Amino acid sequence: MDDLRKRAKELLETSAVKVVIGYEQGTANKTRALFVEKAEDADCLIFDSRCVQNLATYVTKREVKDKGKMAITATLPVMRSIIQLASEFQVNDNNLLVLGITPESKLVEFKNLSEVETFVHQYQIEIDAKNKEMLDKIAKMTQAERWKFWIDELSPCFKCYACRAACPMCYCHRCTVDFNQPQWIPVPSHELGNLEWHIMRAIHLTGRCIDCDACYNACPLAIPINLLTKRMLEDVKINFGSYQPSIKADHLMSTYKPDDKENFIQ
Amino acid sequence: MNIDKRLVRKDSLEKLFDILKQNSKTIYAPFSKNSKVSFREADSFSGITTDYIQTTQSSKEVAFPRNEKILNYSKDKEGMKVKGIDLNDIPEVVLWGVRPCDTMGIGELSAIFNWDYKDEIYNNRLSRVTVFGFSCSKSDDYCFCTSVGGNPGNTQGSDILFTQLGENGDYLAEILTDKGSSIVSISSALFEKTENIEKEKFLAEVPARFEREEIRGKLEKFFDSQLWVEQSLKCIGCGACAYVCPTCACFDIQDEAHGKSGSRVRCWDSCGFSTFTLHTSGHNPREVQSQRWRQRIMHKFLIMPDRLSVYGCTGCGRCSRACPVDMNILEHLISIQEVSL
Repeated sequence: MDDLRKRAKELLETSAVKVVIGYEQGTANKTRALFVEKAEDADCLIFDSRCVQNLATYVTKREVKDKGKMAITATLPVMRSIIQLASEFQVNDNNLLVLGITPESKLVEFKNLSEVETFVHQYQIEIDAKNKEMLDKIAKMTQAERWKFWIDELSPCFKCYACRAACPMCYCHRCTVDFNQPQWIPVPSHELGNLEWHIMRAIHLTGRCIDCDACYNACPLAIPINLLTKRMLEDVKINFGSYQPSIKADHLMSTYKPDDKENFIQ
Repeated sequence: MNIDKRLVRKDSLEKLFDILKQNSKTIYAPFSKNSKVSFREADSFSGITTDYIQTTQSSKEVAFPRNEKILNYSKDKEGMKVKGIDLNDIPEVVLWGVRPCDTMGIGELSAIFNWDYKDEIYNNRLSRVTVFGFSCSKSDDYCFCTSVGGNPGNTQGSDILFTQLGENGDYLAEILTDKGSSIVSISSALFEKTENIEKEKFLAEVPARFEREEIRGKLEKFFDSQLWVEQSLKCIGCGACAYVCPTCACFDIQDEAHGKSGSRVRCWDSCGFSTFTLHTSGHNPREVQSQRWRQRIMHKFLIMPDRLSVYGCTGCGRCSRACPVDMNILEHLISIQEVSL
């Protein structure tokens, strides 16, 4: 992608940004994140269909953020993540410039995050057919079958927290699982510990998860934990209408309205 | 010493499995789930996979489980009662299908668990493990055992090392220890006497990529290098590398209370986590990821050889395969070797 390299070079040469976050060739036909700080290194940037890691996870990483203004190579899921992060005051126009890559692989530079939002809103978040089929299959299980399914899937989890680390929305300086006074979630990766961690993760991402599958792609054991967040996405859709990240939006899990149909909180 | 070499027919492996079962052995073997291969308890021979370059997780769990109760306690009017773990409950295990880079890792892990304090639970578990190593006929871009003192047919750490003599061939079994001999004694018909078979031509070729002594020397002068910052910028600080590693031994101690009784549990932990070195005061001596990444490399290539006379890396390449952001340890080690001081 020559235009991406050219633009990255210009941005660095003019000091418009301090770092361009993009992709480079990795090991064994994989691609990986690249942080370009010198214009001459921009030639290492690549973009193709293998570039699926959600780079938005880096814009809240202290060591990256501290470099100064960032530019980020952003596919649609990355742009969605950025808008959600903007709504949570984690990024803004002063610290982030978006070099968008459209679903047609065209480079499009946005003046500000508001333009990114407009672009993102052209597309609905749709769960792909294969995963939808799996969600339906799980929904049709009896309670006992579903319990067994999840115990079987979650038992191998050894709590490396790659899912948390890869997720752009898991930027908390200190995660709930890291608190020990009180200890909310059991630390050991036994049945209960794993179950509580993954349920907590899914709940904390409800109304915020943009369905990028970074958690699943990061899992060294390929546990289909993205099915949990996908289920929540579907439930949000049924109960509150389709979710779309927006810079100025009420947050689903932290919004209280006096006319809520549920009365348990009144 | 001449190694006792035997021939085991391909079809005899299942019979061997059944004999081990009849002798009340718990067998851990590689199985595939969600396209990832891991060791788990095998009830039957069918389903054990042989199609893997390396398992996703190491076999260390057999002696160092991810969660292990180390004591139970209860409180009553008279005070606190503490009860240790009954070591007699630990099963006799056969670890089946372990690659030579993992069998070598057992020695490195044992060095940590016997450095100063001799870890009774770990040593008891390991004393009841018989290791069936399986040589490698294939390798991939992540493998580098030959750079860290190993090789695809390394006998170190195995009680019996099996080497398949060509695709779909029979196996050469090298009986290496008393534990190995005791297996042969209960299944001697399956271990045929054989003329000297050379295994080398059936082994994968893994070229050496760096000199670990040279890396160790560099690391001694490398503490404040900017290289750690550059290498770790893409690291997202998860524990995948540590948890799949055959020699990573860090753990956390947790108390799990249920009313007036509970247990103390040893759980895996990782130096890659930001909270790993967080003090109660709020001070964190490893505040940023570059310091944690440096610790990982230093521990394996400088601190362990200095203190334990063994290196902490067997070249299995698991950490690189498991890394969600493609932090490739081999590549990073080579770049450390290439830096001119």
